[in-house]
Amino acid sequence: MLSRTPLLRTPPFRTPPFRTRLFGTCLHRATAGLLVGLGMLVFQVAYAATSGPAGAMGPDDARHLLTRSGFAPTPEQIADYAKLSRSEAVDRILAGTRSTPVTAWPDELDDFVPYRIVRTMSEQQRRDANRVNTVRGVELRVWWLGEMLVTPSPLTERMTLFWHNHFVSSQDKVRPAKLMLQQNLTLREHATGNFGKLLTAASKDPAMLIYLDGRNSRKGQPNENFAREVMELFTLGEGHYSERDIKEAARAFTGWDIDGENAKFFFRANQHDTGVKEIFGKRGNFNGDDVLRLLLERRETAEFISTKLWREFVSAQADKSGVQQVAGVLRDSGYEIKPALRTLFLSDAFWAQDNRGALVKSPVDLVVGSLRSLEADVPDPLPFVRTLRQMGQDLFAPPNVRGWPGGEWWINSSSLLDRKQFLDRLARADDPKRMAALRRVEGSMSAANEVPMSREDLRRRAAIAVREMDVDLAGWSAELKPLGLNADRVLLPVAAVDNGMAMADDNNARVRALLLDPAYQLK
Amino acid sequence: MQRRDFLSAALGAGALSLLSPTLAVAAPAAGRYQRLLILVELKGGNDGLNTVVPHADPAYYALRPEIGIKPEGLIVLDEKSALHKSLEPLMPLWGGGEMAIMQGVGYPQPNLSHFRSIEIWDTASKSDEYLQQGWLTRVFKQYPAPQDFSADALVVGSADLGPVAGGARAIALQDPAAFNRNARLAQAMQTPGGGALAHVLKVERDIAQAARSIGNKTPTTRTLKTVFPDSGFGRTCKAACETLASAPNIAVMRLTLGGFDTHQNQLGTHANLLKQFADGVVALQAALTELGRWDDTLILSYSEFGRRPKQNQSAGTDHGTVAPHFAFGGGVQGGMYGHTPSLAELDDSGNLKHVIDFHSVYATVMERWWELPSEPLLGARFQPLAIV
Repeated sequence: MLSRTPLLRTPPFRTPPFRTRLFGTCLHRATAGLLVGLGMLVFQVAYAATSGPAGAMGPDDARHLLTRSGFAPTPEQIADYAKLSRSEAVDRILAGTRSTPVTAWPDELDDFVPYRIVRTMSEQQRRDANRVNTVRGVELRVWWLGEMLVTPSPLTERMTLFWHNHFVSSQDKVRPAKLMLQQNLTLREHATGNFGKLLTAASKDPAMLIYLDGRNSRKGQPNENFAREVMELFTLGEGHYSERDIKEAARAFTGWDIDGENAKFFFRANQHDTGVKEIFGKRGNFNGDDVLRLLLERRETAEFISTKLWREFVSAQADKSGVQQVAGVLRDSGYEIKPALRTLFLSDAFWAQDNRGALVKSPVDLVVGSLRSLEADVPDPLPFVRTLRQMGQDLFAPPNVRGWPGGEWWINSSSLLDRKQFLDRLARADDPKRMAALRRVEGSMSAANEVPMSREDLRRRAAIAVREMDVDLAGWSAELKPLGLNADRVLLPVAAVDNGMAMADDNNARVRALLLDPAYQLK
Repeated sequence: MQRRDFLSAALGAGALSLLSPTLAVAAPAAGRYQRLLILVELKGGNDGLNTVVPHADPAYYALRPEIGIKPEGLIVLDEKSALHKSLEPLMPLWGGGEMAIMQGVGYPQPNLSHFRSIEIWDTASKSDEYLQQGWLTRVFKQYPAPQDFSADALVVGSADLGPVAGGARAIALQDPAAFNRNARLAQAMQTPGGGALAHVLKVERDIAQAARSIGNKTPTTRTLKTVFPDSGFGRTCKAACETLASAPNIAVMRLTLGGFDTHQNQLGTHANLLKQFADGVVALQAALTELGRWDDTLILSYSEFGRRPKQNQSAGTDHGTVAPHFAFGGGVQGGMYGHTPSLAELDDSGNLKHVIDFHSVYATVMERWWELPSEPLLGARFQPLAIV
């Protein structure tokens, strides 16, 4: 099936790949029987119910935790986690994080043209190289999307995406795909590790040195771009530094460069300003590492990061005392990320009913989460690269250094219809008429070229990918009852807005109604 | 308790929009938003100096030895200014007094980042001020469009809502017929409470309301005879005019033409973009005339900034500050406004200083086009221009 696309060397994407069939407890089956029997009334009561942190948390909490900490779960995963207590579940998730991807990326993403060769290129060669980078950028996106679809550690991918939106770089400016790949691997390595180490690694990352002009910063001509953003966006937040701090820090970062041969960080000592600098009232012959250390010493850094984590995982409005608690843990642990996440995930606010459905799903949440939870077979995620871009989240290309604003910004009249169209198509993916139509197209389509280089090749490959995708909603629905679940509580964070439609008799129609319900846009 | 308050309390915020319009607050002057505003965004930072060229200034050719437009590529308007030849299709509008040129439009303490500068324009903030709502959103919050309007604003050619972001009833689309087809996926529903769900429901309602007219073919829907240019911007203009044909009650349209970030080898690219712009405006004029709307339409161009007067080493231009902008329409007082910014007095970054503050252009829209006070909405007094 994949041999026609040598580009994609990863195994077929079955989402998720680890199908451990687990059965709900008797209690859960009984609950489910009641729910199905009594319908909406009981269902709404069930939504309002909470279970204590000590006992089994039940399916609603399991769905909530798995969705917020990773991507929307499958019914099996919900049933599996429902048996655990909240703290057992959180600990299991934190114990299972990875720091490397499970899927292989295409070899050509490792290619890097040394700068000395780039410098001698003709205009035409540069244009060709640019085209190659654009196509490789697509491969790169396909690869990451594929990783998100199959990873056994969704939290790792969520945090990698979180840091991508924090330590922003974009392929719009950083053209070689290898550099964006390298940055992604670095962010993943430290995703749930230590923020101090992550800050250093991200600051010395070659893509970052290009994106924020660090490599152009030399003794006597310091470029302030990185120095400003490292304070405003990466550590302290606006208002906690002076313009003078920025100017002095910029001097300390001079000499940070990229080795044009192998795309690695390189310190150009003769371009480094060795004079005395004054930063945050401290004087010394600081270098870049010293500045990062000074930034980590500031109280504001832990608060800033904790506020952002709160908005990512709990609610759009950060709770001041809750944030302080997380920040305290972050500081006390020497910036270890996992203890902070544990505190966040076990906070009352995380579980509060008022915060269920309080966050807007990002396009990645919507696309990856839907494909995973409905257990779609996705042989090639290429079509969804475009879907994400249309919805406003082009991976590896955030709109600017501040990243995607997120929250309500994700939803306007255009993006909402794009989102609903995606969901509508997904809900109709196993419509026999549609499959027949796609098979007709198949006859008129030739196989993709060995190495797709043009937009036309990519279009053709995307068409094949769409055809080979498989969603079995009837089979999915049939799974639910034995697990003690129903579609509503698997798919929605709060009760459906459109109650009438959600109670449709036909299973597929009901799943479709739930996917199109306004509440499905939330998590 | 007022009847309206009671209803709000009983039905939840926003419920009123589903009720009969007679219950709504005092309707605004009925005709105000019949006067259509079309904003054309030249995205990326249009090179103003190569759009309206100071052809008599030797400094222009000195700063731009390769990319300065030679006299044979110019249409001379007066002793100081000439148009890029790609703008030739606009000459009938200029001759007919339906085209105004505003020179040196910008703002104090200019920011050279695309993102930040367009945010300043879109929110009408000061350079060091961060506002959440688009400037037109603020207008509509204060002076709502009638409830039976299909939308406050239509956005074509960009997913970014720009000046109508942050709460206006804005509809973004590429094709009105496709919008109408897809709109069946949205539902007009109410639910108590606020937060994220309220936002989703508001957008669903906006879509549902707009789709009652936009792209909805009825026996009275007019089919446009105007032939639109076969270009990206031509299609954008077509989508906008077809939308208007099915839904005349829209107060603002924002159309985006992208690609103006011309850092290298800009001559051909820029000429092509200007031609697309000019052809698009001419098509808008034809279609709006056909719809009987030309006399109550004001078209304004804008862009996040102009470009550096001195060309760069790649035969292109880097981010700058001010640029000339255009106004078109049956009610426009044609001619030249402001004056060419001086090439002799550049700022520290080698950029032009502004002559007309863009806030004055917005004040013109509010005061002279819609007859609304501008000072409270702009936070300061800006003198409107006499372009309308």
